[in-house]
Amino acid sequence: MTRATAGPEIERLIQLLARLPGLGPRSARRAALALVKKKELLLEPLADAMAAAVEHVGTCSVCGNIDTTDPCTVCTDPTRDGSVIVVVEDVSDLWALERAGAIRARYHVLGGTLNPLDGIGPDDLSIEPLVARCAAGGVAEVILAVNATVDGQTTAHVVTDRLSHLPVRVSRLAHGVPVGGELDYLDEGTLAAAIRARTPF
Amino acid sequence: MEWTDQGVVLGTRRQGEGHLVLDLLTARHGRHLGLVRGGRSRRLAAALQPGNSLRATWRARLDEQLGHFQVEPVTERAARLIAEPSALFALQALATLARLLPERDPHPEIHAAFEAVLDVLAGIARDSAGMAAPPSAGGNSFLGAPATALLVARMELGLLEALGFGLDLSACALSGARDDLAFVSPKSGRAVAAGPGAPYADRLLRLPPALLGRQDGADPSPADGRDALRLTGHFLDRHVFLSRGLAVPAARVQLLALVERAER
Repeated sequence: MTRATAGPEIERLIQLLARLPGLGPRSARRAALALVKKKELLLEPLADAMAAAVEHVGTCSVCGNIDTTDPCTVCTDPTRDGSVIVVVEDVSDLWALERAGAIRARYHVLGGTLNPLDGIGPDDLSIEPLVARCAAGGVAEVILAVNATVDGQTTAHVVTDRLSHLPVRVSRLAHGVPVGGELDYLDEGTLAAAIRARTPF
Repeated sequence: MEWTDQGVVLGTRRQGEGHLVLDLLTARHGRHLGLVRGGRSRRLAAALQPGNSLRATWRARLDEQLGHFQVEPVTERAARLIAEPSALFALQALATLARLLPERDPHPEIHAAFEAVLDVLAGIARDSAGMAAPPSAGGNSFLGAPATALLVARMELGLLEALGFGLDLSACALSGARDDLAFVSPKSGRAVAAGPGAPYADRLLRLPPALLGRQDGADPSPADGRDALRLTGHFLDRHVFLSRGLAVPAARVQLLALVERAER
């Protein structure tokens, strides 16, 4: 058993930091030490920022994004095309698409994928609010930007089914060769999908 | 401890940031779990999708430990399966059911049947019963929803038996006849022939001949697919899902809805 080398406050800080993605116990200890050493420069501003986040951050009631305002910045942005909704599994996917800057549309966060083992069914995901948004009118296209996994695509088919009675075009992201991908290393199914989805060049 | 076997991926669970716990239905070692180091990497993520077949080597210091797998893809069907809703729902429904098999209890016949069914669903093999697999516009050769439903129901019959709740569809429970079986008793799970069963038809479950592999070369009708799923669904509900406090998998519900839609 390891003996505690610092007071309970610092040990607790290390334990909490170690729960963050990308940080194990050793790197959490290093991060905690860096914070404590630069108390005024790092620790206090970080604590203030976290307190502010705790107070203001919430989930957007329209799309499920995380922001400090409700509706979120994306939903209230007048420069975005409100007739297109990009459906994503998680907020991290929304942020990834925004980073890419590929589309200026609105979003809808499902909050996960169908997972029979974990007991996550269609009613546990934000599918009905999406259907309600589309039924309210003004939406011409729904782009299913879910992961190209079995769980992700099962979810996509269920969403498509729920939207089938509405006059909305449903599309999905292309499947095929990723940038930097070498054909030799791709699985047969992905190669077949890439051939089927070939485009004029 | 070390062994190498072929298996079908039933699912995965995240372990830490880069690893996965793989749930594999192997040919000789039954349903087996193991850690795959770096399983969430780009290199391995595609191979570890449900429905793919892998050659896996399992190693552990002691037999009772979780151990870890080293895997190599053998047949990668996932990308084909995700292109067709009925095939994808079938895969999810069957994988969910197969995950209820006890761990490390060998079921070589279930493994072989699962591999065969997945090959047919993925459009890379034809069903032994001769179900037509018309080529789709995309170039793949997928079954229609009714034939997929029948295939799923047949696999479910095998899984029910492996779970200890097999149905007796060999002969009529009333007359002993082996031909013209048309119904199944919802209580006993035994087949009933058309004649003796006719007076009780409204209380019996319909047994589509195609479920027994008796088919005159024609494509199965949507009604056959629907009845086959309702038949196995009744016994799955009663013996498997309800007793474990589980809901019927959403994928199975969707597959049945697809078949019912094809009927209209």
